[in-house]
Amino acid sequence: MFKTMGIINLDSEPDLFNELTYFRCGASLPYAGKYRLIDFVLSNMVHAGIISVAVFVRKKYRSLMDHLSHSGAWDLDRKKGGVFILPPDWNDPTDHSKGDLRHFHNNMDLFHRGQADYVLFSGAQQVCHIDFRAVMAHHLETGADVTVVCHRTEPAEEHKSCWRLTIGDDGRVRQFSMDENNPNVFLNMYLMRKDLMLDLVRQCIAHGAENFLWDGIIQQTASLRVQAYEHTGILQTINTVESYYKHSMSLLKPHVYRELFQQPKPVYTKIKDEPPVKYLETAEVRNSLVANGCVIAGQVENSILFRGVRVQEGVTVKNSIIMQRCTLGKGAYLENVILDKDVTITDGSRLIGSQMRPYVIPKRKVI
Amino acid sequence: MNRKECVVMLLAGGEGRRLKSLTKKMAKPAVHFGGKYRIIDFALSNCTNSGMETVGVLTQYEPMVLNSYIGIGSPWDLDRQNGGVSVLPPFSEQKGASWYLGTAHAIFLNFAFIEQYQPDHVLILSGDHIYKMDYSLMLQFHKEKDADVTIAAIEVPWKDASRFGIMETDAHHRIVAFREKPAEPVSNLASMGIYIFKWPVLKTYLTEDDQNPDSSHDFGKDVIPRMLRENCRMFAYRFQGYWRDVGTVESLWEANMDLLADNPELNLNDPNWRIYSRNPYQPPHYIAPTATVKSSLINEGCMVYGDVCHSVLFYDVHVGEGSVIRDSVIMPHVRIGRNVKITRAIIGEGAVIADGVQIGTDDEDGEITLIDEHSIMHPPSALHY
Repeated sequence: MFKTMGIINLDSEPDLFNELTYFRCGASLPYAGKYRLIDFVLSNMVHAGIISVAVFVRKKYRSLMDHLSHSGAWDLDRKKGGVFILPPDWNDPTDHSKGDLRHFHNNMDLFHRGQADYVLFSGAQQVCHIDFRAVMAHHLETGADVTVVCHRTEPAEEHKSCWRLTIGDDGRVRQFSMDENNPNVFLNMYLMRKDLMLDLVRQCIAHGAENFLWDGIIQQTASLRVQAYEHTGILQTINTVESYYKHSMSLLKPHVYRELFQQPKPVYTKIKDEPPVKYLETAEVRNSLVANGCVIAGQVENSILFRGVRVQEGVTVKNSIIMQRCTLGKGAYLENVILDKDVTITDGSRLIGSQMRPYVIPKRKVI
Repeated sequence: MNRKECVVMLLAGGEGRRLKSLTKKMAKPAVHFGGKYRIIDFALSNCTNSGMETVGVLTQYEPMVLNSYIGIGSPWDLDRQNGGVSVLPPFSEQKGASWYLGTAHAIFLNFAFIEQYQPDHVLILSGDHIYKMDYSLMLQFHKEKDADVTIAAIEVPWKDASRFGIMETDAHHRIVAFREKPAEPVSNLASMGIYIFKWPVLKTYLTEDDQNPDSSHDFGKDVIPRMLRENCRMFAYRFQGYWRDVGTVESLWEANMDLLADNPELNLNDPNWRIYSRNPYQPPHYIAPTATVKSSLINEGCMVYGDVCHSVLFYDVHVGEGSVIRDSVIMPHVRIGRNVKITRAIIGEGAVIADGVQIGTDDEDGEITLIDEHSIMHPPSALHY
C-alpha cells in the first residue's frame, strides 16, 4: 500500500480528558505503559505498507511533534514519504476554506506532489489492531467510492459521540446517524481514491462547508457508493477520562493484551533506552503491566506502571495508572488514581478515587 | 574526511569458546547480558557517552548476528555523517587474502581505515567486557603524560592475577614491567585490554610486528613487551569500578546475578550514562495474579504467571503457573510451561521448557546448567510413551 497516503485528522477529535490534555492533544495521551494513543493507528498504517502519513493538528501539538520527530521508530524516516505534521500555519490571502477544510486547502502541495493514488483517513482515539490491507482489498472488491470501517459493539458510554452506520444487505451504507441503538459504530477510518478526495474537497470549499467528513461524505451518501468494512476483535474507544481508565484496566486481561501487542506486528513507539524493571526483595506485584526503567520495592496490584516509575518500600498501589517518571514515596497509598507524568507522591500520602471517577493528578505535581 | 583526534578500534572477533553453546552461532560480544543487552553494548555505549564517535568494529568469528545487530549504529547514536560506526571484517587485497591472525594484526590490516581520519591517537578496545568507563578521561591522562601508550589497569583479586596481563608501575604510573598471564604474579594490577596509542607509534610498532615471523601478532604477548624493552613511554591508567570479563558460563551467570543486588555495583539505571541497545519493540511486561517476583530484573514483553526469584528475564519470556525460577538467567523468547523448576541455570534463546521439567540443582558449589538455544526440554516421563 505504498501508493496510499495516511491522513490522521486530529482537528475535530473531542477533547474530554480534563487535566490529562491541558498541555497535550488526545492523540499524544500516554497509554498502555509506554505508548501514545497515536502509536496504534500509526503502527497499523506502517504494517500495511503505508510510507507517507500526514497529521492534521490544530492545537496543543508540541508534545505530539516531540513524539513523532523520532520518526525512525515507526520506520518513517524515509527519503520517499515520512511523517508530515501539519500545523495551522495558514497565510493564503485568497483562502476561503473553513473548518477542517483549511488543512486540505493549505496543504494542497502535499497531495499534488505525492505519488499516492489512495488516501486512508483516521483519527487517533480508536485503539485496535486492524489490517488496512484487508480494508484496501475490500475496497477494490466492492468497487466502492468510499470504504468506511465499522465495528459491531454493545452500547457503551464512549460510543455516544460516534456515528452509526445503517448498512444494507449488499454492505452499502445507506445512512450515517447518531442512533445509539444501532450497533454499527463508525471508527472514523475511511479509504478512497485521492482524485475523488480532491474533487470532494473542491466541492466542499466551493459550498462553504466546514467539515470534510460531514459535508463531503455523510451528506453525499445517496450519490457516493459508500461500502462498510467490518473490523472484528478488540476495540477500545478512548475519548474521555472514564473510557481511558476503563480500557487501561482491560489491558490487564491477557486476551486483550495478547491481541493488541503479541502479534507479529508490534506497536511502535519512541525509544527510551530504559533498563529492565528492577524488582527488589520487598516487591509484591500482581496483575499489573510494568514498563522498563521502573524500580519496585512496594506493593502493586491491578495497575499500569509507565517507564521509569519508582515505587518505594511500604507503598501500596491499587487499580491505578502511574505515568512516566513518577516517584511514590515510602508508605504512600494510592487507589483508583491516574498520575500524569513526573508526579511526586511524598512519603505516607494517601490518595483514593473511585472506580467510576478515578482521581487524576496533573503533570509534575508534588503531593 | 574530517580529521579526528582519536579513532576507536573495537576488537569483536572473539570466539569465546568457554561460553560453550552460547557462542555456537555468534561471537562473544554478541552474547546476551543483563536482561536487555548484548556484551558489546557496554563498549559501544561507553564510546558514545565519552564523545568518541568514530568506531571501527573488527569482526571475524560468526559475524552474522553481530553485523546485523550493529547495523549503521543508530541505537548508540553512532550513525554519523562524519565518522560513526564501521564494521571491518577481514578482506582480500591484490597480494591475497588473510584472516586476522591476532589482535595486533587485525589493527595492522585496517591502517587505511584509521589513516583516513588522520588521528593523533588510537583507542583499542575489546568487545568482551561489562563495565562503564569514560574514555575521554583516559585520553586526557594519556595526553598529560605524553605517553606512547596508556593501558587501562584494574586491581584484581590475587588468586585471579595469573589469568591477566599483569604490570608493575612506578610512583608516576609509568609501567616498568609487563607480563602476559604470569604463573607467579608479582602484582595484581591487571591490563583491561584497553590501550590508547599515539598513532605514529602504533603504526611503527605494528608494521615491525607484521614483519616478525616469530610474533603471534598479539598486543599483550608481542607488541606491549617489545615497546617496554625499547623504553617507550608507557603508563597505566587506574580504573576503579565494576569491570568483568564474562568469558565463561560461570562468570556470565555471576555477572548477571551481580545486577540483582538492591544497589548493584554496576548501575544500569543511570540517566547520565545510559547503556544503549537495539530495541525489540516489546510491550510492557505482564505480571499475572498468580505470580510472585522478587529480587529480579525483568524486561518488556514477558508474561509471568509463576514465581521468579533472584533471576534475570530477557524480553518476551513466558513463565507458566506453578513454575519456580530461582538464581537463573532466561534468554529472549524462552517459553516455560507450568510447574517447571529452574535453579542456577542459563536458558538459551528461544528454548521451550515443557510442563513439569526440572533444570539445575540447589547445590551452591555445583556447575551452572546451560540449556542450548532453541532446544526443547521434555520431562523424563514423556520419553516413555
